[in-house]
Amino acid sequence: MIDATIWPALDYSRVPYRLYHDPEFYDREQARIFRGPAWNYLALEAEIPRPGDFRAAYVGDTPVIVNRDRDGEIRAFVNRCAHRGALVRRELCGNASEHICIYHQWCYALDGQLTAIPFRRGVRGEGGLDRDFDMGAHGLRPLRVAIANGAVFGTFCADAEPLETYLGEPILAELRRVLHRPVRVLGYTRQRIRANWKLYAENTRDNYHASLLHEFLVTFGLDRATQVGGVRMDARHRHNITWAEADSDTDETARSAYNGANIRNDHLRLREPGLVGFRRERTDNLNLIITSIFPGMVLAVISNSLAIRQIRPRGVGEVEVHQTLLGYEDDTPDMALHRLHQANLVGPAGLVSMEDGEAIELAHRASRPDRDRMTVIELGGGGVISDRDYRVNDVPLRGFWSYYAELLDIEPAGAVR
Amino acid sequence: MTLDPVSLMALFADYSGLLDAGRYDAWLALFATECRYTIMPRENHEQGLPAALIFCDSRAMLEDRIEALRDANKYNIHNDRHVVGLPRIVGERAGGGVDVEAPFAVYQSDQEGETRLFATGLYCIRVALDAHGTARIADALVLLDTAAVPTLLSTPL
Repeated sequence: MIDATIWPALDYSRVPYRLYHDPEFYDREQARIFRGPAWNYLALEAEIPRPGDFRAAYVGDTPVIVNRDRDGEIRAFVNRCAHRGALVRRELCGNASEHICIYHQWCYALDGQLTAIPFRRGVRGEGGLDRDFDMGAHGLRPLRVAIANGAVFGTFCADAEPLETYLGEPILAELRRVLHRPVRVLGYTRQRIRANWKLYAENTRDNYHASLLHEFLVTFGLDRATQVGGVRMDARHRHNITWAEADSDTDETARSAYNGANIRNDHLRLREPGLVGFRRERTDNLNLIITSIFPGMVLAVISNSLAIRQIRPRGVGEVEVHQTLLGYEDDTPDMALHRLHQANLVGPAGLVSMEDGEAIELAHRASRPDRDRMTVIELGGGGVISDRDYRVNDVPLRGFWSYYAELLDIEPAGAVR
Repeated sequence: MTLDPVSLMALFADYSGLLDAGRYDAWLALFATECRYTIMPRENHEQGLPAALIFCDSRAMLEDRIEALRDANKYNIHNDRHVVGLPRIVGERAGGGVDVEAPFAVYQSDQEGETRLFATGLYCIRVALDAHGTARIADALVLLDTAAVPTLLSTPL
């Protein structure tokens, strides 16, 4: 039974393990979050610049095509033939004037409309479809599309709130700040983690772990609990921005706070220190901005590496983290090379991110057998969910669960929001 | 020394055997003083995109990667087993160097004794002769067919 009694605490400071493991939650999430009123990141406008350009994407575990039609309009629809339910577009990306299912060659235009069916009238007057078969009712299922600073979002829900309202001002400001000039895709990485997707979504909102689990960050001062930083959420607390300011602490203050542990740059020294060098390129001095957009988008700025991650659930026990690495169109050759160097920091082999795959697999594995036990989310205190201007907190995880409960219709009376 | 197929097979045997044994310093010694090491998802390579999973364009960066692996990163406790196919010489370079390709598979085993196929791909390697006539790796491009990396990628391929 999925109902509001699942929550042991009204401030979402306790999450029973069954939420990560029970298939009934997974199915409900797909229906009520991903195919519900949430806006899902699909692609960048820059990835499909010309009419006919298309890319494969996912909304939850539903395969989606996003393309630019002949009029230059961006459209998205489910990648599934109306006839037999087969995947229509098999390539990851390309350019096409229509989408044709290989199975029986039903043909769809770039706006998703069904335009042609082979042997529609049969052969020699025999067979084929009845005359009243409605072509118009058998297009590819469309998504509503909206764009924010070149990032394309889609939703299945016709009456979902506008994208701008959904994101809220703090998140829109982050998109403006990072995607403020034309971007160039540098490449993609994919990582398959044997853990529930929500463990990854929580991890990106967890300010507490970054400066403990990721020793590389700590050692080289890229991310330490002693930096000036904090968390900032939208009004509904479903999204989060984790931020930290460059050079806002010293090795000495860090060494004393960590009591000597982890701070080892006295003996651990990079032969190529440029790898971690932060070149200021915005008006702010932030060298870490991790923006998590509910349900599955992460815009990650770590030093000068820029990436958009998409969390793609693959059943209750596996998630793919798909990452698009970015630079700017007008990067100098030197800056372009710097970004390729700093791509070493992130992704499945990232010097500051490889640990995440291991950590959330450990959490998934050990929580599975005992589903009525629960996680503890209390760093920065329980109770009210609000922004913090310090780093040792995991408050945004409770924001995530609060909105999750609302969408799954299991929000208990008197719960914090 | 000339770079015939047998000596290249010996080089690949050293390369994979040293990695699987965790002897990273000896593995690093197989590289030339000026070298490049890249693990690139096939997806990016085919689309002409430059970003890699691991990109070290100097010996120093490669040494940093190994140092971080030993001293800073935490990752799944595992053993790798490389299986390298027959090398194929695809080009010859001035000074006795060659371009060589070899397919590979890497199986990964955990502490419970469970093994999974971790990665398959193609080594595209430029081998050069150093001043002593010893074969050294000047450029290793590891083209990764298994672009969806299982769990995480820590130890070099």
